[in-house]
Amino acid sequence: MAELVAVIASTHHPFYYRASRATGEHRPPFADAWVAKIEKFRETLTRARPDVLVMVGSDHFHQLWLDNMPQFLVGKAPFYDANFYNEEREFGLPRMLLTGHEELSAHVLRQGLDAGFDLAFSNELRIDHSITCPIITLRPEVDLPIVPVYTNIFAPPLPRPRRFVQLGRALREMVESWPSDQRVAVIGTGHLSLELGGPRQFGDHGPDPEFDRRAVEWIANGDIEGCLSEVTLDSLHRPGNATHGFMDFMLMMGVAGEGVRADHVDTLDLFHTMEAYFTWYPKGADA
Amino acid sequence: MSKYLVNKFLYTVDRDPALVERYREDPRATVAWWEAARAGVLLGCAGGEDSTWTRFEDAEREALATHDHPALFALGAHPFLTLTLFIALFERDHEGLGYQKQYAERLAHFALPYPDIAT
Repeated sequence: MAELVAVIASTHHPFYYRASRATGEHRPPFADAWVAKIEKFRETLTRARPDVLVMVGSDHFHQLWLDNMPQFLVGKAPFYDANFYNEEREFGLPRMLLTGHEELSAHVLRQGLDAGFDLAFSNELRIDHSITCPIITLRPEVDLPIVPVYTNIFAPPLPRPRRFVQLGRALREMVESWPSDQRVAVIGTGHLSLELGGPRQFGDHGPDPEFDRRAVEWIANGDIEGCLSEVTLDSLHRPGNATHGFMDFMLMMGVAGEGVRADHVDTLDLFHTMEAYFTWYPKGADA
Repeated sequence: MSKYLVNKFLYTVDRDPALVERYREDPRATVAWWEAARAGVLLGCAGGEDSTWTRFEDAEREALATHDHPALFALGAHPFLTLTLFIALFERDHEGLGYQKQYAERLAHFALPYPDIAT
C-alpha cells in the first residue's frame, strides 16, 4: 500500500511570492525572516521524499461559482493550469502548469463516494493560489504530480467543522488503502483569524490574536475534540469574516489524527494575519 | 434581494480586464449595460440559454453605480468579491496598503454580526 509520509498544514499567503523575490527598497522589512521560516518549513517536506502530493485548498471564486457550487471537489485531470488573471494583477503570481495524478484521483473519488462523501469532480480544473502558494513555498521545483481537493469555506451554506475533520480522516484512509508503492504527502492550506473586505482588515496583526494563539495550540497538539467543542460555523465569524478558512486546518487535523502532536510548528506574526506552519510525520521523520 | 446577482456582477467584471477599466471609468453606464446584456448569461451554458428573470433591486443598482462599497457590504454582497474588484479599481490611486486601510475605515461603523452574505 501507499505510504503517508507527511501531513502538512499551512496558511497560504499570496504576498509571499512577491515579498520573497523583492530587492532593494521594494523588499519588505519582514521578508528575510519570512523566507528563513519558509525554507525551514520546505525542508520538512523535502525530508519526507514524497512521490505525489494531495493538495487541499479552496477556490476563491475563480472557476467555481454560485450557479453550481460544490462543497467538496476532487480534480481528476492529467494537468492543471494554475493561477488567474486577478491573482497575477493583485499578487504578482505567475502562471503555472502542474501535473496531475489521475490514478490517485480516481482512487480518492471511488473510495470517498463509497465512504459516504458525495464528492464532486472536475476533469478540467484551473488551480488557484490556495494550492499554488504551498507549491511555491514547499516545492518550488513544481516537479511532483498532485491530486487537488477543493473545499467550500467561502460560499454559505458551508459544511460544518466536523465534516471537514471527517473528510480529513477519510482522506488518510483513502491514501493508506491505495494499492501503490508511492510515497504520499497530504498538504492543506487555510487561515487563522482573517478579515477580508470588512472593517477589521489589514490591521497591524491578525484580527483576533487570541483566537490565533488557541488555534495554533489545537493544531500543534492535535486537539481535535477541544477544537470542535469551541469552533462552529457561527463562532468563526467572531475572529474575522474570512476565518471559515480555518476549517481547512481542521480537515488537516483530521488527516494527522486525534491527539497527534505536530513534529514541526512555526508561526510568523505578519501585518493583517498570522502565518502558521505545521508538519507531521505519521511514520517518523526518517521513515 | 438579489445578492446573487450583485455577486455575479462583481465576479464577472473582476475577471475581465477591459470590464474592470470600463467600470472604473463609467460605473453607472457599465452597470446599466451589464444588467441589460449580461445579467442573464449562464456561465456554463451556450448563448441563447440566458436566464429571463434576473434584475437588480434599486438599492443594489445604485450601490454598484456609485462604487459604494459600504452600501454593498450592508446589502450582503460577498466581501471578498467586493474587495478584490475594488482593489483592482482603486489601489493604483494610493500608496502601499493605503487603499485597503481606507476601505476598512469606511466600514468602521459595522459591528458583529455583519450583514448576512448567504445567497
